[in-house]
Amino acid sequence: MLRYSLRRLLGAIPTLFLLIAFAFFMIRAAPGGPFSRERQLLPEVEANLNAAYHLDEPLYAQFGRYLIGVLHFDFGPSFQYRDYTVTELIKAGFPVSLTLGGAAMLLALLVGVTLGCIAALRQNTAADYGVMSVAMTGISIPNFVMAPLLILLFAVTLHWLPAGGLGGVRNMVLPVVALALPQIAYLSRLTRGSMIEVLRSNFIRTAKAQGLPTGQIIFRHALKPALLPVVSYFGPTAATVITGSVVIEQIFSLPGIGRFFVAGALNRDYTLVMGVVIFYGALIIAFNLLVDLAYAWLDPKVKYQ
Amino acid sequence: MKRFGALAAMAVASLALAACGGNGNGTSPAAATVQVGGATGKELADVQILRIGNGAEIQTLDPHRGEEVQGSNVQRDLFEGLVNEAPNGDIVPGVAESWTMSPDGTTYVFNLRHDARWSNGDPVTTADFVYGFRRGVDPKTLSTYSFILSPIVNADAIAAGKQPPEDLGVRAIDDYTLEIKLSHPTPYFVGLLQHSMTYPLHRASYEKYGAEFTRPGNLVSNGAFQLADWVVQSHIKLVRNPHYWNNANTKLDEVWFYPTEDQSAELQRYRANELDLTDVVPATQIKWIKENLPSEFVVAPYLGSYFYGFNTTRPPFKDKPKLRRALALAIDREVITEQVVAAGHTPSFGWVPPVAHYQPQQMPEARWTQAEREAEAKRLYAEAGYSAENPLRTQLMYNTQENHRRIAVAIASMWKRVLGVDTEIINQEWKVYLDTRNRKVDTQVYRHGWIGDYNDAFTFAEMLRSTAGLNDTGYSNPEYDRLVTAAQSELDLDKRGELLEAAERVMLADMPILPIYTYVTARLKKPWVGGYESNIMDHHPHKDLYILEH
Repeated sequence: MLRYSLRRLLGAIPTLFLLIAFAFFMIRAAPGGPFSRERQLLPEVEANLNAAYHLDEPLYAQFGRYLIGVLHFDFGPSFQYRDYTVTELIKAGFPVSLTLGGAAMLLALLVGVTLGCIAALRQNTAADYGVMSVAMTGISIPNFVMAPLLILLFAVTLHWLPAGGLGGVRNMVLPVVALALPQIAYLSRLTRGSMIEVLRSNFIRTAKAQGLPTGQIIFRHALKPALLPVVSYFGPTAATVITGSVVIEQIFSLPGIGRFFVAGALNRDYTLVMGVVIFYGALIIAFNLLVDLAYAWLDPKVKYQ
Repeated sequence: MKRFGALAAMAVASLALAACGGNGNGTSPAAATVQVGGATGKELADVQILRIGNGAEIQTLDPHRGEEVQGSNVQRDLFEGLVNEAPNGDIVPGVAESWTMSPDGTTYVFNLRHDARWSNGDPVTTADFVYGFRRGVDPKTLSTYSFILSPIVNADAIAAGKQPPEDLGVRAIDDYTLEIKLSHPTPYFVGLLQHSMTYPLHRASYEKYGAEFTRPGNLVSNGAFQLADWVVQSHIKLVRNPHYWNNANTKLDEVWFYPTEDQSAELQRYRANELDLTDVVPATQIKWIKENLPSEFVVAPYLGSYFYGFNTTRPPFKDKPKLRRALALAIDREVITEQVVAAGHTPSFGWVPPVAHYQPQQMPEARWTQAEREAEAKRLYAEAGYSAENPLRTQLMYNTQENHRRIAVAIASMWKRVLGVDTEIINQEWKVYLDTRNRKVDTQVYRHGWIGDYNDAFTFAEMLRSTAGLNDTGYSNPEYDRLVTAAQSELDLDKRGELLEAAERVMLADMPILPIYTYVTARLKKPWVGGYESNIMDHHPHKDLYILEH
């Protein structure tokens, strides 16, 4: 397993390199630059700024300089947030996104899988229809509608919870729920489908024929294989969710790194965009590896090769 | 069937929730039940904390490197320049107690107060100002706003790297007497001194911390407040500066700035009593706000013009003043201000908003009825060679934003209805748009807005000079240039005003731009926020604000 993981990690290096190269040249190809603004700068001032940020060098030289920086975990200064480096911004934002996303994914996993199992076990009953209707609604109501509705009800009308901002646990409740709801919906549907399929398979029928109690059949035999599709969905989604949700972070005024994606691109904050893209890419690669490792644990048919 | 029932129940529940948003009682419970200001109406609250929505996250707290409104709002509390601003926007003494101007208008001498202190207790002296001014124009600072200091002797040459910062026309006569020499008379110079580019800098802490001098714990400032905490994208917390010379009159103990990019979220936080003042209000919610929170809705004129520019360097608008005029007359500005933007904006037929020492100019047709204007528009349109059979086909470009889109659609339909113009509406993302507009190749009619840098007509007038980098219309009229240049060095304020007014009349006859409305600031203010006054610059130093009992 160790050898497999090492090989996968080595294989990630060219992927990351391609990602860096692609993002680097794409953002620079976009019209406008970090210093384009309504009032044009004096040509000397603009030249001076470009020189200070090495934007006057040929692209390949800038790329080389950037790669060397990345190897030293130096992502450069942010063009937009001038008092901070990109590394500092990511370091400050990631714990917030991680807490928010981690809690939301955990909640989604617990509630989604439980609901999915209930629906599968009570197939075609009121409970099943109830869960699936809620799930359909959860999937079809987007975050940017659900989040303000939650704020309106729990913060503005009832005054139970804060409407936004960083603070204690109470500040996290609404954003976590808003972020988890669509995932709960999706996971419950996924679990239900896969559980129904597993329950119809031969080995479960054998278990039933042997007279094993239902609880044991579900937890010991059915749950693990039923979770396979959930795991393959969960990995990349978890990476997306913990690197920050632009919508949720904006609506709840949370200082995660999700907001840097959009702000960075719109401001042509080259270094910030690059930093966030690399960070996000590395996380996705790591999560995909974890998913593959989890697969082998859940499914004895899978072997590392 | 059961499934349908559950879905229907959900739908009803969501609608009920949405209805809460539409018609719910917006007055916060606290405001409804407690008498604001206690028995006298002027009682101060025990807790003097002000929480403000401040728009997008600020770029920097470095006064010489900032360029946006949000950062200036915080810097204005942290630093104090030679002058300061009263709640109504008037320039009042700051660190300088008094000042004199030489008869030729090119030398100013400022007398600094002796009790001004930095937040660490050090005295504020002329050396701090000289250091600050020099740093502002020094190319090494990488400032993008050094042009603010351009009236000062040698400022432009230093910014361009042709002379050392020591050559700047700012000199310490002694520790408390500062002399500033200008390269030409600049009647609005004292007004410029409210800008952050003119703030002093605490040299010792700057040299000690370098790029990190603006961090909490490092930043030494001389304003009414000092920096206590800053979490990017979350909040900036300022606390009272006990060493501020006028600390006895500062009432607030803390000011919290919250980044609020999402306008709807800002409104929700205001309604949940988490903000006392908002930065803006969402355009789509203005109707609801007017109905539900009328007493908390503050609308005031702002130093900005919203207009469309014509690219006068290319067809179809090159050398076609009549056509440009026809388009300007065909639009019904009241429909736009009352039904499209609807926040209380003033329709405008002129370019310069109401500023000091200036009589606002208007197109002569401003006093006509809309029907008369439309008739005139049709006449001019025909004279320009267009008709129903041969309509003008043009492109209208705007930067991607909901309000700009709504205005563009409204104007295109007005042109269609009155003149039969076929308009193609195109949007571009902001930075792409800036590029396109400035190249003057792909634009025909384009959206533009301009917020003045200082309270003077010149900040608008200079923009349409043929040599101005900001002149994306390509407008060039030697008479206009001559009048604006003459005004630039005219010391007599009345004469200067007349020159600038004459220039605007020349421009309005040529119509390189199509004025639409004058900007307003529209925000929500809790009834317990005292000392707040609207002003055309929308500058609100929080030293003058306080929280009433509630």
